[in-house]
Amino acid sequence: MPNVRFLLTGDTSLSAEFGSEISERINAQIRAFTIALENSKVPGIVELVPTYRSCMIHYDPGVIRYGELTKKLEDVLGRLDSIAIPPSDVLEVPVLYGGEEMGPDLAYVAEHAGLSEQEVVALHTSTEYLIYMLGFTPGFTYLGGMSDKLETPRLKQPRVKIPAGSVGIAGKQTGVYPIDSPGGWQLIGRTPVKMYDPGRETPILPRAGQYIKFRAIDRAEYDDIAAAAEAGEYVCRTYPRGEAKK
Amino acid sequence: MSITVLQPGLLTSVQDGGRVGYQQFGVSVSGVMDPRAMKLANLLVGNDENEAVLECTMMGPQLRFNTANTIAVTGGDLGATLDNQPVERYAAFVVQAGQTLRFTSLRSGCRAYIAFAGGLDIPEVMGSRSTYMKAKIGGLEGRKLQKEDTLRFRAPNAAPANLAQRRVPPEVSPRREFTVRVILGPQDDLFTDAGIRTFLSETYAVTNEFDRMGCRLDGAVIEHKNGGDIISDGIAFGAIQVPTAGKPIIMLADRQTTGGYTKIANVISVDFGVICQLKGGDTVRFVQTSVEEAQDALLAERAALKALRDTLDPAPKSEPEPGPGPKSEPRKEKGFFRNLFRK
Repeated sequence: MPNVRFLLTGDTSLSAEFGSEISERINAQIRAFTIALENSKVPGIVELVPTYRSCMIHYDPGVIRYGELTKKLEDVLGRLDSIAIPPSDVLEVPVLYGGEEMGPDLAYVAEHAGLSEQEVVALHTSTEYLIYMLGFTPGFTYLGGMSDKLETPRLKQPRVKIPAGSVGIAGKQTGVYPIDSPGGWQLIGRTPVKMYDPGRETPILPRAGQYIKFRAIDRAEYDDIAAAAEAGEYVCRTYPRGEAKK
Repeated sequence: MSITVLQPGLLTSVQDGGRVGYQQFGVSVSGVMDPRAMKLANLLVGNDENEAVLECTMMGPQLRFNTANTIAVTGGDLGATLDNQPVERYAAFVVQAGQTLRFTSLRSGCRAYIAFAGGLDIPEVMGSRSTYMKAKIGGLEGRKLQKEDTLRFRAPNAAPANLAQRRVPPEVSPRREFTVRVILGPQDDLFTDAGIRTFLSETYAVTNEFDRMGCRLDGAVIEHKNGGDIISDGIAFGAIQVPTAGKPIIMLADRQTTGGYTKIANVISVDFGVICQLKGGDTVRFVQTSVEEAQDALLAERAALKALRDTLDPAPKSEPEPGPGPKSEPRKEKGFFRNLFRK
């Protein structure tokens, strides 16, 4: 059973803290706990927010008070080792790499790494990136696992507007811009998939604890997927992690 | 079935009880800054307590009614008038078609709330009508009100039952010094004992860096053990962040869902309204309370709101209630309500 501290975050939520570092082990514990808690149907729990180090639990003190809730949480933690947690899903995200419009900084990233553009794309698409958490803006993923070779400093002069779907690198981080926003990431490509669409039944595709794997596509496939996504007909491929990719 | 926005005011937006359930996806909760003011306004006009209202900031709007409806104005006193006659705050009143509601001057607090009987005809986005301006969703096209906007009513009601009873003692007085109750945590152990003492004994001044996302305070530096940076975790409404510079920031309705600064304490739910009615130049002190006391206060507030609703809009009775006389109980609750809200 992991060593967990319950931290007070006001009178309608608490934070179950699993550690104070960024590690896949801690994140896996948080994911298991979150799934177990969702399945346990403890009354009064309103919302769960998993992060790097903790799971924030919002609850209704009209249904369950703080003291009673922490006892229930201890019960769930005690059972955690005996609960079968399904493997994480991998969310496959198609990306058109490079080009002045979609990935204007691919050449710079390649030069900085001492690699060819093709090698950068091969490296970037070879990893399953763990989604540690979402935050900052709707659908923004904090990903872990990028190759050290691709580490590139941010732009000295941030761009005023980066289109939604842009895939970038900033220092040790990589990720996708879910909405149009200003920013200083090195842009290496763009996905036609809408990671965030407030009108869709599932407004945000990625979930904390899942993995993202990027797949390189060409312009023709980009246009096809973009048209399908616009019509609300494109579904990103997901598969259980560790399952042989077809 | 509508109102026309003649002047939008400084920052007027559609807000409700908030967008619950999407924080794990990075979506801010939003919603009103002063939940109790919203709930009272709604109950006074016969709405569900979390129905969408207009939140008006410091300088309120001018609204022309094209359809008669019952409304109530609560929260800070922004000098509301109807066709140039002052209107009673914290009381329901009927506005006739052709009349104009104006806000003339800021007298107390910072934010006023207008509830409309039957609610506003605004589509829900992710289960809420709240405007979340950063992501451009909710409310009217995801933005604050503009001149010549039209807001439609869903089910206006210009003839409410027992109108004369639809009033409660006004809240938000023109004070400038406030005390707010807090629960220490989640990172109080990352501050020195001296830092905690400073936080709980000094007076902090509200700066003008105060928006729907947060309220930045100025005052004595709160000492950390090892700086104010942490690996990001979740942020609750009312969380008091203290970055390395040692000056607190209270996180409010449009806060980001996660953040990487130490949080020394959290304002308790029943005091959110105190914080959100502050403005630049006001001062605030923090006093420590326990989670048990904070939850007692929250449940007492809910009971008082329920008692008010039961008094104004009694549920139709299907059969006689057993036990003690049903007439004496609401009266007792009403007295309790007055004590709770008259601070």
